[in-house]
Amino acid sequence: MNTHLRFWLGAAALGLLLVAALRLLGNDYAYFAGYFVLQYVVLASAWNILGGYAGYVNFGAAGFMAAGAYSAIVLRQALGLDLIPGIIFAALVAGLLGLGTGYLTLRLKGVYFSIATLCLSVVLQTLVVNWDYVGGSRGAYIIRPREIAPFVSYGEYLFIVMLVLAIGAAGIGRTVEMSRLGRGLQAIRDNERAAEAVGVPTLRLKLIATTLCGALMGVAGAPLPYYSGYLNPEAAFSLAYAVNAIAMPLIGGAGTWAGPVIGAVLLASLQQAATVTISSALNLWIVGWMLVIFVALFPKGILGWFRRKA
Amino acid sequence: MDPDLVLLLNGIVSGLLLGGLYAAAASGLAVAFGMLDIVNIAHPALMVTGAFTVVALGTWLGLDPLLVAVLQAPLYYLLGVGIYSAYHHFFEKRGEEALQGLAFFFGVMFIIEVGLVMVFGPEQRFLDPSYAYTTWRLGEIDLPLRMLVPGLFAMGCIGLLFLYLHRSFTGLAIAAVAQDAEALRLMAVNPVKIKRLAFGISIALASMAGGALVVVQPVEPSSGQVFIGRVFAICIMGGMASLPGCIMAALLFGVVENVTATFFGPSWSPAVAFGWLLLVLAFRPQGLFGKAA
Repeated sequence: MNTHLRFWLGAAALGLLLVAALRLLGNDYAYFAGYFVLQYVVLASAWNILGGYAGYVNFGAAGFMAAGAYSAIVLRQALGLDLIPGIIFAALVAGLLGLGTGYLTLRLKGVYFSIATLCLSVVLQTLVVNWDYVGGSRGAYIIRPREIAPFVSYGEYLFIVMLVLAIGAAGIGRTVEMSRLGRGLQAIRDNERAAEAVGVPTLRLKLIATTLCGALMGVAGAPLPYYSGYLNPEAAFSLAYAVNAIAMPLIGGAGTWAGPVIGAVLLASLQQAATVTISSALNLWIVGWMLVIFVALFPKGILGWFRRKA
Repeated sequence: MDPDLVLLLNGIVSGLLLGGLYAAAASGLAVAFGMLDIVNIAHPALMVTGAFTVVALGTWLGLDPLLVAVLQAPLYYLLGVGIYSAYHHFFEKRGEEALQGLAFFFGVMFIIEVGLVMVFGPEQRFLDPSYAYTTWRLGEIDLPLRMLVPGLFAMGCIGLLFLYLHRSFTGLAIAAVAQDAEALRLMAVNPVKIKRLAFGISIALASMAGGALVVVQPVEPSSGQVFIGRVFAICIMGGMASLPGCIMAALLFGVVENVTATFFGPSWSPAVAFGWLLLVLAFRPQGLFGKAA
């Protein structure tokens, strides 16, 4: 059987199994926690496309994610459209944002792109704070329906939407890795000048990657206002998203499609457990330390560590 | 005089004073990022840490914030030496500064910010020196000492740094390590040692800028975030390794930002930083005053 087909069938089976298991459990908190973990699978996979394969560090995950979340809010305010169109619109907006940032900075050394993405979050936050239409600094409310047929609850609906997005993001990462695009990006990471010299269209590949990366991050953020029912700039632009988006792929193993998935499931579950048991500031602090320790001691992440042993 | 003109003049003057503070914040980065090629995105976070320790020590000892900033600078020098040693050992030596090194400094920045929240709480801190509410007037123009003194203090720090870099042997070695580390080795100077020293100086400057910051405005743990855009924009606009370029860019930046804040409201000023940075990166990556490569 074709390896792509096998991946998609396996992922779909795993997804169905998860939904069935949570239904048996019948606990609303399980959906809440599951969504939390899955949004990070999307975010980490998105970061990995540019950071893991091409070696270009995007510090602006929170900015792209918030762009997605606020796109969904704008669409709802303006046209009254619901979650699914919101996700598509968010992908479009955040993708264009990624393309624009990339176009302005990717012709230079990689650090300039990183610095630009870091500032992008701050400036988008300024814009949102000053934009009364989406609630300004007071924040925006979204009244979500209690139920939506044929799902048991709105929580389950959101969970399933995020599950589909997470499987899609991991699948896109895997497809990129196996395609010419992924090989080109890896060539850029290893030696950009040499890649350019043998005819890899470096700028075009980088732009495709930033657009894809931005769009996926936007998608990860679009359901956020529906998930929490209320969104203010401080929550949407939280530095926690930016640090997790980097820490998860690097800890799992950057440059492989499975690395960010492993890192996200591990780190997000840990944080969800720590938020419940200890304080939320302390658990973010732990993530910061894990990031520093992993990049210093295990630069290839968990996956790389196992591969070396094998 | 026309009130709009007075407003504009005052905006320009206090922008220049603010620019002095920005120059202090960016000059340390000009050493680390411009000369040593270390992308220390934790620089503003370290500056804010300096501001917090100034508040804590100054309240405890009852001393002037700027004096405390000078007294505590050696400790930050040692901290910088420590950070560089770790960075060199784990990343620079292995040639992995690009991805892993950036992630390292991002992690450090994050640890510092969350650490400050855990130690000092999320609220704003301030420490008013005795002259905080005095304002000198030159005709229609106000010169608040709250802005003037830290601005002059910053210029003094940068002046000393400039003399050190241009007059002393180690200072010249720092400039040399930026150009050719291998050639320095041939002169029997260890480039790693020089870089460690220079990075320590860079962090000491960050902490002194923090002392100046706390005189100008109250600080909170997340104050550093806005400064990331500012200091990198200034550093790149100033032509990376040049201190005079850095000062010029900082003063210009302070004026533009302050005039924007005067006429459009202060909540818009962070957007100025990013707009400038993007324009500079897109059209003049060699800096406003640099020569084309």
